[in-house]
Amino acid sequence: MKTMIGTVAYHREIVPGIFDMGIDCGEAANAAQAGQFVNILCEGGDALLRRPISVCDAEGNLLRIVYEVKGKGTTLLSKYQVGQSVNFLGPLGHGFDTASAGEKPLVIGGGIGTYPLLLLTKKLNNANVFLGFRDKNRLTLLDEFERIANTKAATDDGSFGYHGLVTDLVKTHLEQHGGSMIYACGPKPMLKAVQALAAQYGVPSRLSMEERMGCGIGACLVCACKTKAADGQVHQSHVCCDGPVFDGKTIVFD
Amino acid sequence: MADYRVKIAGVEFENPIIAASGSYGFGREYGQFYSLDEIGGVSVKGLTLKPREGNDAPRIAETPMGILNSVGLQNPGVDYFLAQELPFLKQFKTKVIANIAGNTIEEYCRMAEKISDSAVDMIEMNISCPNVKEGGVAFGVCPATVEEITRAVRQYAKKPLIVKLSPNVTDITETARAAEAGGADAVSLINTLTGMAIDIHTRRPILHNNIGGLSGPAVKPVAVRMVWQVRQAVNIPIIGMGGISSGEDAVEFLLAGANAVAVGTHHFVDPMAAVRVMEGIKNYMNAYHIERVCDLTGAVQPY
Ligand SMILES: Cc1cc2nc3c(=O)[nH]c(=O)nc-3n(C[C@H](O)[C@H](O)[C@H](O)COP(=O)(O)OP(=O)(O)OC[C@H]3O[C@@H](n4cnc5c(N)ncnc54)[C@H](O)[C@@H]3O)c2cc1C
Ligand SMILES: Cc1cc2nc3c(=O)[nH]c(=O)nc-3n(C[C@H](O)[C@H](O)[C@H](O)COP(=O)(O)O)c2cc1C
Ligand code: FES
Repeated sequence: MKTMIGTVAYHREIVPGIFDMGIDCGEAANAAQAGQFVNILCEGGDALLRRPISVCDAEGNLLRIVYEVKGKGTTLLSKYQVGQSVNFLGPLGHGFDTASAGEKPLVIGGGIGTYPLLLLTKKLNNANVFLGFRDKNRLTLLDEFERIANTKAATDDGSFGYHGLVTDLVKTHLEQHGGSMIYACGPKPMLKAVQALAAQYGVPSRLSMEERMGCGIGACLVCACKTKAADGQVHQSHVCCDGPVFDGKTIVFD
Repeated sequence: MADYRVKIAGVEFENPIIAASGSYGFGREYGQFYSLDEIGGVSVKGLTLKPREGNDAPRIAETPMGILNSVGLQNPGVDYFLAQELPFLKQFKTKVIANIAGNTIEEYCRMAEKISDSAVDMIEMNISCPNVKEGGVAFGVCPATVEEITRAVRQYAKKPLIVKLSPNVTDITETARAAEAGGADAVSLINTLTGMAIDIHTRRPILHNNIGGLSGPAVKPVAVRMVWQVRQAVNIPIIGMGGISSGEDAVEFLLAGANAVAVGTHHFVDPMAAVRVMEGIKNYMNAYHIERVCDLTGAVQPY
């Protein structure tokens, strides 16, 4: 493994505060699996740690990331100009296993958790996609999802699509059509609800977890996530190397 | 040809760079970036007698030029380490330092005994980890208990014994002297400084453990000062650490009195950190025509 140096190929603010960046990084882009992440050094200020950002898409030599500006690191990243170098590690972690998708996979995303699902949805050719956003000003990538899959959207305030939780849409769909596999990424409460739905309808699930990270490669053990082993014992697994995608039934939510 | 070797309590290191405990797992991850032959030593993740799951997440918070961590000593236990991880590390020239932490003096002694029958090169006793509610801190901050526990473990340890000192004390020279009096072969310092960070929007601490240990560049001046003071207080070798992220930083520690240095947090920023710090030391030695790295130890000229 080595530290990768890519080049910003394009960089644009797609909705206020959310950026879409293409990183030209040669071979590394080809190796990327849906659900993996890169750990980016946000240079030009005093952000110390690298920031983990999911692979949104990968095509040819381009690795695409979409991120929301939150604090120090993502603010620095948002200043990057086309042609500037990007120092990152990755792609890292275990992504979504598309082999076990079956006939009727569901893809469920919420907020920043919708970004890593684009590459996944491309790899699956038969997914039903459900995306949740705060309001219509936060709708991102929706047209791209719609082009490749049957996509439904929900907003918390009803300003676009279904008024309410994305998991309500999922419940209705499972009720009527069932499913062969559920892939999800989003805030913890959403994932917890998805886990419950998966159990209720007897559908296997893969959940992508998020946790604050240090090294990003399994050395520092800070990115803990509680999981239950086959024998029922609860362990602290690590999001960066055991995940970020886990078998949904193993996740222990508080 | 310059000489980068250093000797600590009879153990010869190829160079003065050691990976700090807890930042480097058991060497496998950073071993994917470079050969572990390139660094003098590896202090492994803190081991306990029984496996530990550690604290709930979040376990890390970034603070100005530093990080707070509250891993809580998650580790697979000393037996697993000896059977499954040590053979990997022993493929390399790097010296292996087993970092141990316990809740009782007896636990430290049992671990020292087990490790003494293995290929581990040195034992580092972590009596200063601020994360384990049951003990850690209590051993590390009181000179009398530092001496007592060092003396007890010394009897079971057939390997050179390093005592890792806590910076969370009023006078670190007292605990350093106590470690030396108890029979420590070396001291390492500093462990993390206890700290806290609060999310003002949710009004909750960022760390699930509420408090954690501060490391990284923010602690460096404190660490250099402590190494300098301890150098004047004891005669045993010192492994200096705390915020080292360049060769220049490492040289500062050596000049202050360290015989070797450890790199921790900076690995997270640059996976090649340890190798780059060594390159920086070499450049400094070249520039100043220094033949032997050990000649830098304690060479500061204070006012
Ligand atoms: C595996 C993974 C994939 C991710 N993918 C994306 C993505 O595709 N798009 C996107 O917008 N965001 C993503 N995130 C979240 C993103 O990492 C954080 O929003 C970002 O680190 C915030 O950094 P900051 O410097 O702007 O914020 P600050 O608040 O200044 O960050 C301070 C520290 O907290 C950490 N931190 C803060 N919020 C989070 C969070 N929610 N999750 C993890 N660490 C956090 C930072 O990494 C940093 O160490 C992902 C997180 C993980 C763990
Ligand atoms: C994530 C993390 C875990 C740590 N775990 C241990 C540990 O298990 N035992 C120990 O003695 N020190 C531990 N430390 C402390 C380091 O070994 C070192 O003393 C400290 O971080 C200062 O060095 P640095 O600023 O270069 O990181 C840990 C530090 C970090 C950042
Ligand atoms: S971030 Fe270091 S182990 Fe996951």
